[in-house]
Amino acid sequence: MLTALWWVVVRDLTLAMRRRADVLTTLFFFVIVVSLFPLGVGPEMNTLRLMGPGVVWVAALLASMLSLGRLFSADYIDGSLEQMILTPRPLAVLVLGKVLSHWLVSGVPLVLMAPLLGVQYGLSAQALGVLVVSLLLGTPVLSLVGAVGAALTLGLRGGGVLVSLLVLPLYIPVLIFGAGSVEASVTGLGAQAHLSLLGAILVPALVFTPWATGWALRISME
Amino acid sequence: MRTINWFKYSSPASFYPLAGKLIPYFTVLAVVLTAVGLYMGFFVAPTDYKQGEGYRIMFIHVPAAWMSMFIYLVMAVYAGAGLVFNTRLSSMMASALAPTGALFTFLALWTGSFWGKPMWGAWWVWDARLTSELILLFLYIGFMSLKAAIDDPRRAARASGLLAIIGAINIPIIYFSVQWWNTLHQGASISITSGTSMEATMLTTLLVMSFAFWMYAIAVVLARVRCEILEAEGDTEWVAAQLGKGQ
Repeated sequence: MLTALWWVVVRDLTLAMRRRADVLTTLFFFVIVVSLFPLGVGPEMNTLRLMGPGVVWVAALLASMLSLGRLFSADYIDGSLEQMILTPRPLAVLVLGKVLSHWLVSGVPLVLMAPLLGVQYGLSAQALGVLVVSLLLGTPVLSLVGAVGAALTLGLRGGGVLVSLLVLPLYIPVLIFGAGSVEASVTGLGAQAHLSLLGAILVPALVFTPWATGWALRISME
Repeated sequence: MRTINWFKYSSPASFYPLAGKLIPYFTVLAVVLTAVGLYMGFFVAPTDYKQGEGYRIMFIHVPAAWMSMFIYLVMAVYAGAGLVFNTRLSSMMASALAPTGALFTFLALWTGSFWGKPMWGAWWVWDARLTSELILLFLYIGFMSLKAAIDDPRRAARASGLLAIIGAINIPIIYFSVQWWNTLHQGASISITSGTSMEATMLTTLLVMSFAFWMYAIAVVLARVRCEILEAEGDTEWVAAQLGKGQ
């Protein structure tokens, strides 16, 4: 089972490396959205410092949602998804592998880029550290929950807009606790409670969503 | 002793006439209970010592909020039954419940903002209960739009059913939000364990209005599921026979 997981991850990462432009598009979307806010709101540093965590988190939400379309669609079109469903390996494990590689490709770059963008918003070093940890705990949840939405809307017309309608409401708790952790550490309350809650969201998401995604894929493929 | 075969009514063909017979009763109940509830709410229930006359919107707000959560749970259960037992009627019931649930959610938010303005001085605050109720509205809308976006009725029913079940996780969050977080929204005045902190006529009025909304929901959902059945089974013989009778 672990070898199956490993090979799905390797396969998807190889495919992603052949199309590097897709990865970079998501990353630059994230950077551009975050950079738009100071231009819209004005360069007042105190306001920006308050907004920073929330803006970075909302941009991360949107960026990871945009990349959801690629999670299954290529495999769906060329038929390899059907083969994966037919294999004797549990579908949840294969799904977990695909989600893991999706996170490595679209989530980790956001985490790495976030401190740089946080500096633009005048966040302190400590707040930047909390921001990175919260994103590290939160972005896997975004990929896991998003996978369910991507599987449900597979091959539908207007699927891109629809997936945002399905997935964004479910992203809200992650946003609240993710942005909340940074704010709590800025105001001196300590980020631990929020980070623990993020971890508490991650664990059940890790257990249940691959299974739900597998079910959704079977529904979409039948 | 004759036992009733409940599974008989899980077939659309036998449920359709049953629903048609039940609708008038539930409609009458809804109208009567609403009239009684509104009269009691406006004229019988006493003025609140703290909130004055403004609290009377509670008789719409609280039942609507209860129904919004309750209908979602019922919808999720029907959706689950549809997925497990593969019954068409369950999925039809789930999709017939969604618009009514969304309506009650909207009503709860709308009346809540009318209540919030005089009491809190704001139409809207971002506290846990309001936010989670807003998420509930988004979940209803997501359910309906996923259902509408898929052309194949079988896939539409199953996919939206799965979504309904995943979204059910939000219901306990709404319900317990006033306990888990320190919010502006007041806590529950009625609880099963410690009784009520409310005057008796107020409580009666609240319950009457809740039943009124409940009966209304049943009547409307039955009417809507009849339309769904006709749409899905339009080309079958029993529909032709039913409609031919002048039903």
